[in-house]
Amino acid sequence: MGGIHPEENKFAHPIKLEDFLIPQQVVMFATQHLGAPSTVIVAKGDKVKVGQLIAKGEAFISANLHASCSGTVAKIDMVSDIAGLKKQAITITVEGDEWEESIDRTPDIVSDIKMEKNEIIACIKEKGIVGLGGACFPTHVKLMIPDGKKAQYCIINAAECEPYISIDNRIMIERGEELIIGACILRKALALNDVYIGVEHNKQEAIANLQQIATKYSGVHVVTLKTKYPQGAEKQLIKSITGREVPAGKLPIDVGCVVDNVSTALAVYEAVQKNKPLISNYMTYSGKSVANPKNYRVRLGTPLKDIIEANGGLAEDTEKVISGGPMMGKSISNINSYTIKGFSSLLQLNAKEAKRLEPQNCIRCARCVEACPMGLEPYLLSLLSKQNRLEDCEKEQIMSCIECGSCQFTCPSARPLLDYIRLGKNRTGGMIRARMQQNK
Amino acid sequence: MNTLHISGSPHVHTNDSVKKIMWTVVIALMPALLCSIYYFGINAVRVTLISVAACVFFEWFIQKFIYKGKTTIGDGSAVITGLLLAFNVPSNLHWAIIIVGALVAIGVSKMAFGGLGKNIFNPAIVGRVFLLISFPQQMTTWPKPITKMSEFMSLDATTGATPLAVIKSAMNKGEDVSALTSQLPDYMQLLLGDRGGSLGEVAAAAIILGGIILLARKVITWHIPVSFIGTVFVFATILHLANPQLYIAPSYHLLSGGLLLGAIFMATDMVTSPMSAWGKIIFGFGCGLLTICIRVWGSYPEGVSFAILLMNAVTPLINKGFKPKRFGEKVVV
Ligand code: SF4
Ligand code: SF4
Repeated sequence: MGGIHPEENKFAHPIKLEDFLIPQQVVMFATQHLGAPSTVIVAKGDKVKVGQLIAKGEAFISANLHASCSGTVAKIDMVSDIAGLKKQAITITVEGDEWEESIDRTPDIVSDIKMEKNEIIACIKEKGIVGLGGACFPTHVKLMIPDGKKAQYCIINAAECEPYISIDNRIMIERGEELIIGACILRKALALNDVYIGVEHNKQEAIANLQQIATKYSGVHVVTLKTKYPQGAEKQLIKSITGREVPAGKLPIDVGCVVDNVSTALAVYEAVQKNKPLISNYMTYSGKSVANPKNYRVRLGTPLKDIIEANGGLAEDTEKVISGGPMMGKSISNINSYTIKGFSSLLQLNAKEAKRLEPQNCIRCARCVEACPMGLEPYLLSLLSKQNRLEDCEKEQIMSCIECGSCQFTCPSARPLLDYIRLGKNRTGGMIRARMQQNK
Repeated sequence: MNTLHISGSPHVHTNDSVKKIMWTVVIALMPALLCSIYYFGINAVRVTLISVAACVFFEWFIQKFIYKGKTTIGDGSAVITGLLLAFNVPSNLHWAIIIVGALVAIGVSKMAFGGLGKNIFNPAIVGRVFLLISFPQQMTTWPKPITKMSEFMSLDATTGATPLAVIKSAMNKGEDVSALTSQLPDYMQLLLGDRGGSLGEVAAAAIILGGIILLARKVITWHIPVSFIGTVFVFATILHLANPQLYIAPSYHLLSGGLLLGAIFMATDMVTSPMSAWGKIIFGFGCGLLTICIRVWGSYPEGVSFAILLMNAVTPLINKGFKPKRFGEKVVV
């Protein structure tokens, strides 16, 4: 149900992956995941190698961080992230490119999975793997199924339904086999025999490549999905592949599903088979005014400015710079920041695309209702939120909104629906939490 | 250095706008307008021009001098109201009456509620019903289509009853309606509009073509027209089968009155119809049921306008009662 068809603008689709040059200095935020903060374990002046542990995730829901470049720790201080918020970061002055010896840097593909279930999970935790689809939730936590629940489907999210972004597509074409082995590792960690890779129909080359490789591995299913935003939203993907609907307020595991994205599966492959920690991220650099769109592998902590300058600076007509896709990505206020885990794209939007039109009266056309993949009534939710009627917001299931932006995209009256819904969601969430506290 | 803008997602927007939607509706009304000009000549042009001009003028005037805000006549919604109002009146209607209708449609039904999007009732229908009640004589004298080219430029026309009025009076007199067929236009005439009636409702084929344009451009969905027309068809068939002497064949109900115009262009008015798919189906069903009741048992030969207005009134309730199916409601484990 629902969904929209924004202009695809996948300019970077045919562009081969390349390694972005190693910067002179990297700045690595100590905590790059969702969960408890990591503890920095290096000090100013320490020499570090590529892949060396520099911040430790001690809590259960936390993640390790490894040096992405070799060199000397120049300072540990507070640095602004892309939104301008100050966060603890480790600055490394890069010297050479010296790796930890234990890391297998050969291009040889290792297809035999030797580790057992628990070893795999421990290795994924150890290597600092987090969900690279955007949420950055520690992957090992997702693989440890709580008592009373049972994993039945291991799913790889390869929909890549956001406009512009083409990085998963390139990984599927150029690193297909490693990706599939990564997927097999994930299913082994879940003690399952099958894994489903869901790819949108508009990536034919990727589908053909994966299907061909999949013939060598039993139980690997490449599923072609309808091209429709937000096909890659977790709940929608699960529905497309399994026919199951995750109920409101529940998690994928409640319907027996565990979903990881393409970059994550590749990182899992490298961690388990090559002993390589997560030290780089894969990203698309694109935009209507970008002369040469790129697909890069970038070391974590690379200055965004370096990437922009290597491509001739921001185009004249750039109005917004986005991290992530134009539908759900964040607009960057501070381009003096650095890449982090899960940074999947850097987009430049020009004034014409990004300009917000002046809102008009709601004409009750119901397009937002038709577009909403969650079956909500965005026009109503935004109104209730504007009037601060939080109980009604809750009744109309505002908390189910996945913030996909389909409603706002499609509104002919250019109403800022999601702005209001997001606000209402925050406040309603606060109200619900306060009530739960009281009841305790 | 560029100044970067920041905002919440999404960062892109569809190319569609209210203006585009409204002008698409205007275009979709063109086949019916051309047909009415073909059948009613210069009089059709006269009525349409007066009605559209008056609607646009009243909207502009009220926005400018009463609300003292921005004027939005460029969005085309007043043009639609003007066209629909013109389509719902006889082509020989006096200009002053048309202007009164436009004032009621725009002033009372639309602007008094706060303008486009805030109104509860379809403005054109409110205008029409007001005129029907205030000027019953003038509003029910229907010119016959012109037969000779020389009549094209003529402002006088011969008048006659509409097919539904013929049927109604026979029913009231207790005559056998199945014997009326010779007095009624045949199906081909109905499809092509060669019959008496209000301006825009005469040519079924032209209205259906407009409906196809609206569906193709996704301005309307199938739900309301299909459930509206389907309901009328089903009930008319049941009545006809039960007693063909008393109740006319369903095809006359479908083709001979304002049903198609109402179901395709007026009941689907997005502002005044429900939002969810089921809500729309219920709305169409209600419109259909009321139309049949009024046509068969009411005192007016035509019931589409009243039916739509009544259903407009319950639209807020339908919106409350018929929510879209929420994702995750059907729990599968
Ligand atoms: S942002 Fe929320 S309300 Fe809007 S379409 Fe997406 S899920 Fe529905
Ligand atoms: S899409 Fe916009 S104009 Fe249409 S019903 Fe939703 S909020 Fe109103």
